[in-house]
Amino acid sequence: MQPVALPAQTLRRKRLEESPVARITLDHLAHAYRSDPRRPEDYALKEVNHVWSQGGAYALLGPSGCGKTTLLNIISGLVRPTRGRVLFDEVDVTDLPTEARNIAQVFQFPVVYDTMTVRENLAFPLKNRRVAGETTARRVEEIARLLDLTRVLDRRASNLTADMKQKISLGRGLVRPDVAAILFDEPLTVIDPHLKWQLRSTLKEIHHALDITMIYVTHDQTEALTFADKVVVMHDGAVVQTGTPEELFERPAHTFVGHFIGSPGMNILPCRVEGTTAFVGSTTISLQRAYRTLSDSDRVELGIRPEFVRLQPKGAGLPVQVRRIDDIGRARIARVEMNGRPLAASVPDGIFIDGDEAALAIDPRHVHIYADGHLVPGEATGGHGA
Amino acid sequence: MTKTVNNRAWFFVLPVFAIVAFSAVLPLMTVVNYSVQDTFGNNQFFWNGIAWFQELLDPSSQLGEQFLSSLMRTLLFSFIILLIEVPLGIAVALAMPREGWTVALCLVLMALPLLIPWNVVGTIWQVFARGDIGLLGWIVNHLGIDYNYTGDPIDAWITIIVMDVWHWTSLVALLCYAGLKSIPDAYYQAARIDGASRWAVFRTIQLPKMRRVLLIAVLLRFMDSFMIYTEPFVLTGGGPGNATTFLSIDLVKLALGQFDLGKAAAMSLVYNLIILAICWVFYTVMTNVDAQRDRVEA
Repeated sequence: MQPVALPAQTLRRKRLEESPVARITLDHLAHAYRSDPRRPEDYALKEVNHVWSQGGAYALLGPSGCGKTTLLNIISGLVRPTRGRVLFDEVDVTDLPTEARNIAQVFQFPVVYDTMTVRENLAFPLKNRRVAGETTARRVEEIARLLDLTRVLDRRASNLTADMKQKISLGRGLVRPDVAAILFDEPLTVIDPHLKWQLRSTLKEIHHALDITMIYVTHDQTEALTFADKVVVMHDGAVVQTGTPEELFERPAHTFVGHFIGSPGMNILPCRVEGTTAFVGSTTISLQRAYRTLSDSDRVELGIRPEFVRLQPKGAGLPVQVRRIDDIGRARIARVEMNGRPLAASVPDGIFIDGDEAALAIDPRHVHIYADGHLVPGEATGGHGA
Repeated sequence: MTKTVNNRAWFFVLPVFAIVAFSAVLPLMTVVNYSVQDTFGNNQFFWNGIAWFQELLDPSSQLGEQFLSSLMRTLLFSFIILLIEVPLGIAVALAMPREGWTVALCLVLMALPLLIPWNVVGTIWQVFARGDIGLLGWIVNHLGIDYNYTGDPIDAWITIIVMDVWHWTSLVALLCYAGLKSIPDAYYQAARIDGASRWAVFRTIQLPKMRRVLLIAVLLRFMDSFMIYTEPFVLTGGGPGNATTFLSIDLVKLALGQFDLGKAAAMSLVYNLIILAICWVFYTVMTNVDAQRDRVEA
């Protein structure tokens, strides 16, 4: 894209000298918006323990109202948590006001100061912190070059497009030499679709260029999985899984993760498990691991991603009825019924089904067993188990 | 973009033209008629040309001098109340609560003065400010301050200004409050992260977002105060002497007190033109400030 290398390198050197925060720790953090929380349902954010390491690109992923923004606002200091502590390195900042933290935030709707030029907007945080005029001017030029805003520096900020404005709000965070982490609260909501990927790659570039922790809140799995090295999935006020995009795909720790990530989501089937065999209705599925610790009172389910269920002509495999086949571009997905239960399966190239009778081949390595929604590890068979 | 030209639209606008003509233009034409005629009574009128206008606009004549001093008084009054009510209204709006049950309470309390009929406002203050039985007048006099709005011109002015501030600051405050409420929380949060002081938040976020409603508030308050009649008429009757005789009071004295219809008609036309001209200047200047700054900086 633009010649970003030069300013980025000088910035990185400076940042390593100046930035004091290396790590953000959430310690037994919980938040309730009502003043007398008693039951777990009263909490908008249930207890969280998490460490954000320096320079990481994180995504906070979850549906609307799951507590993502609350968590973000606690880190930035806009919300004071009901319980628990926020630590920057080893320093407790729970009671520090937001302007005293080494953090910047980009909001869902772009915030620019209408009466100021882009240059004045970028200089504003430094002016408020009484940084010398010369230093400010140099910093603003550097950040403008990095964000490709040099052209519009002397224009009024109010007349620019939404993606430009969002870059300006980001720039106001980057311009501060003390900022160690930038928080994004669904920053691409009001951006035109064709500019979204462009802005997202600008973000990635900046993340690579500068040693800044980025925490990105979104409900869009594509945004989260393409942006982040590590994704934190939230559901109903609690963190259900933290992992790389591959981990979330391969081993969802909760049926919610399986269902929420992937398109279509994971197939979840109620089942009964005995040793290395799962019974789904009258169908038996053999497993690669042994599950002997499942209690009868738990709700036991089997999860398998459509990518690991292949549709094939009837004969070998589990018999199913085909309801329809969707072409989703890069693959074909069959909607089938097995013993009256709906399932999604992938259709390999070159396979065509006559009528609605077909069969499924399930890859046993990717079958997971869940008890009450949580992944049961099971025991490896063969070398170790019985 | 192309504009659709459809002459049928005129038919739909015609009824409005007819009603406005009947209710506004025809009465106005009567005034125009009077302004160029003179009468010796008996309902007989004869052509007088622009003599009334000449006399009115000539400060050396008795009518011209009277008109000029009333005009100056009215302008001074509008200037003073704008100077007080606009900053005060902004301050009140900033101090009002943003959420909770107190919001409704504040809004109702603020709206109360606006709901009182104008002549009642005059009567309230006429009694309230009296030195013998009025609470305000009595207290001020007993504090050792010589205060008598019926005798002292300065006291009369102060009373009328305080009355107008009491009556109309709520309007400015309510308009500003609406402007403030429309600012999303993210602006305040971003300003906190940027380390902005309270004053910087006001200068860079609140004032710019209130500019549009402030323009409306200033226009409304200017027009209303420039045309003020009822409250000072009830309170002071234009006195003591002519100290609080504003243009409107002068006009009514001329038209209904002395039945100088020609002079009064000429005066009301000039009065009307002054209001229109000042409002136009106000509006153009204030709306062009934005556009001009853009052009300079682009």
